[in-house]
Amino acid sequence: MAGAAERPLSPHLQIYRPMLTMMMSIVHRITGVALYFGTLLLVIWLLAAASSARAFEVVNGLFGSWIGLLVLVGYSWALIHHAIGGIRHFVWDTGAGFGPGPRELFAKLTIGGSIALTVALWIVIWLVKG
Amino acid sequence: MSVSPGSSMRTPRRRVAGLGSARSGTGHFWLQRLTALANLLLILIALPIVICVAGQGHAATLAMLGHPLVAIVLLLLLFSVCYHMKIGMQVVIEDYVHAEGTKVLALVANTFFTIAVGSAGAFAVLKISFGG
Repeated sequence: MAGAAERPLSPHLQIYRPMLTMMMSIVHRITGVALYFGTLLLVIWLLAAASSARAFEVVNGLFGSWIGLLVLVGYSWALIHHAIGGIRHFVWDTGAGFGPGPRELFAKLTIGGSIALTVALWIVIWLVKG
Repeated sequence: MSVSPGSSMRTPRRRVAGLGSARSGTGHFWLQRLTALANLLLILIALPIVICVAGQGHAATLAMLGHPLVAIVLLLLLFSVCYHMKIGMQVVIEDYVHAEGTKVLALVANTFFTIAVGSAGAFAVLKISFGG
């Protein structure tokens, strides 16, 4: 765009020292984009079940392989991280939690909570499925 | 859509009523939050079901997924998730893709993708439910 560079521009990401809250904002968006494509996993599984026993076996085999499980663990972490980040947005929507203390706490809760819940989830799955 | 004054009976005030600078008011924000809440509730119901079904044989899986209550939860989840995906990715595209042509193509691809994914999932659930 002609002349765009002559106007003063607001500083962008690379100007700032990386901060936890900034990172959580970025990770929220990245997990959102990852989940966008991750929904395909659920739909592929449903389509395979609806198609035939053979197709279902193939997809189950893929999801149950070590690389499949690794993707599923990553997918579940992204889902939980994005969900906690979403709950944080619900709190912000009420106008609360914007101060330095609460927003740092939210950031730490989002990281800690997402990792703890992902571990807990897979322990439960391991216990149920053996 | 340039309307010369006098060619329309609608007043300038009426033409912009309810529209913000993004031409859609707060509708986008509200639907993002609404589908987020729906996703959260539906995931909490669907997750235990999916864990129960995971790893089971084909027949057992079909029986479980075909139960009306399970199928309804999955259909609602697919609809809410795909809508959330569509408006979420729309914001990402609008933030990062600035060339008008590419942006429009990306937005169209986003709409096609989310509707296709949602429809495919919904069709699978319905086919299983109706015993196909």
